[in-house]
Amino acid sequence: MQTSQMIPQLVLLLIVLSNFAVLGTTRLSTCIRALAVQGVLLGILPVVLASHLSLHIAALAIGTVAIKAGILPWFLAWAIREAAVRREIEPIVGFIGSLVLGALALVLAFAIAAHLPPLTSSESLLVPVSLSTVMIGFIVLTSRRKAVTQVVGYLMLENGIYLFGLTQAASVPFLLELGVLLDVFVGVFIMGIVVFHINREFDSLDSARLTELSD
Amino acid sequence: MTWHAFAALAITLIIAPALPGIATKTKSVLTGRRGAPVLQLYFDIWKLLRKGAVYSTTTTWVFRAGPVVVLASLLGAAVLFPLDGREAVARFSGDLVAFAALVALARFALVLAGLDTGSSFEGMGASREVTFATFAEPALFLCFVALVLATGELSLSGMLGAALTATWPRTAAPLLLVAMSLFVLLLAENSRVPVDDPATHLELTMIHEVIVLDHSGPDLALILYASSLKLALFAALVMGVLVPRAAWPEPIALTVLPVGLGLVAVGVGVVESNMARLRLTRVPQLLVGAGALALFGIILLLR
Repeated sequence: MQTSQMIPQLVLLLIVLSNFAVLGTTRLSTCIRALAVQGVLLGILPVVLASHLSLHIAALAIGTVAIKAGILPWFLAWAIREAAVRREIEPIVGFIGSLVLGALALVLAFAIAAHLPPLTSSESLLVPVSLSTVMIGFIVLTSRRKAVTQVVGYLMLENGIYLFGLTQAASVPFLLELGVLLDVFVGVFIMGIVVFHINREFDSLDSARLTELSD
Repeated sequence: MTWHAFAALAITLIIAPALPGIATKTKSVLTGRRGAPVLQLYFDIWKLLRKGAVYSTTTTWVFRAGPVVVLASLLGAAVLFPLDGREAVARFSGDLVAFAALVALARFALVLAGLDTGSSFEGMGASREVTFATFAEPALFLCFVALVLATGELSLSGMLGAALTATWPRTAAPLLLVAMSLFVLLLAENSRVPVDDPATHLELTMIHEVIVLDHSGPDLALILYASSLKLALFAALVMGVLVPRAAWPEPIALTVLPVGLGLVAVGVGVVESNMARLRLTRVPQLLVGAGALALFGIILLLR
């Protein structure tokens, strides 16, 4: 195998490992750090996948790293500092359970990807990794109680969609991708404000409290 | 079966007690202390061998048989393992199951000897040891399955020998995942830091140390030597996956063996100086994570 294929594979493997890091940690700061690492990897990926470096790809890489590895993690770190939450205490599905679910999601993603028609991209790992990132994002989004971890899950979900978009990197217009990045940025910004208000209202970030009626 | 398989076995048997010393020394240097000499375990074993053994009146022959069975089964595992990266002293198809079974037999004998004393501390340690083994063994077998898939060989000598060298360029990524998983298993199986603290002095927090609390004299020497041999075997496993040596000239492959084992021990020391031990309830999570890594490797190989 040539180096030109090794590096994208390695980056994709590290993305999957960062997914598992998010699934397996109780500490929210470690979760956010894993998400930031994933953001950097996502930024590198279009550069190493491309045969030649164009302005489009360079701008995409810089924008992705700046938003996904810089602003969003910083913002989440600010949120947990303001709200003084450190750990995911009791998730709905336990940590071992979610690791096992994550492994199952990985198996499923590879099984589905094997049946999809071949895409234009030469990197065959891209589709299964993007599918598994989406599924693991869903698992984090639905199985955790703290609002911050749910935002992390949402961002992983979005990262998976971004990865899937990379299979079409040549044909998707640049502005569209920037638009998506902006959407996510605004979305997380709003979530941050909501998180802050949940915390002020209930003195905790436990989103299960939102199901109780009170006046 | 050739002379270098025996030479590699002899080298491993001789340097095994130095490995815990290297790990402790690394940890001491990194945390700014001087630390015990690297050869401390040799001195300890020599000291213990000259002493008499004390047996509690509640113990039976199970307790006396324990250390011997532990050492014998680990020696058997070492005979099956291709320490020079080429060929083991003995090999047969499916000997990887025998390897895992011998390691498990050693643990079983140790746990029985611990339970035989009737001490509640040792029973607690035994229960923890077995609990963690329940999670570690499936992960070990997942690693073996990945290696079998990568090389198409069913014996340890085959899958860590020439076939591995041939397959490395194609399967680098899954093999790296397997090596990571095996390193976590090394830490768990040998009671190193994120799972157990070899330097602890509180019975309630010990796992391995508490089981051997009642052993003394030559019995303890056998157990100390056996556990250093187990560390050497797992280090050789990690090293065997990472550095396929089958294509190298024999003298170089033999020289690299102690260097590689020493480097894995240094890695253990680095992990120990960087991490606190995990809460007992978090350990299964670590081991399931190691299993997930190996499973990911398998998926990549099956693709």
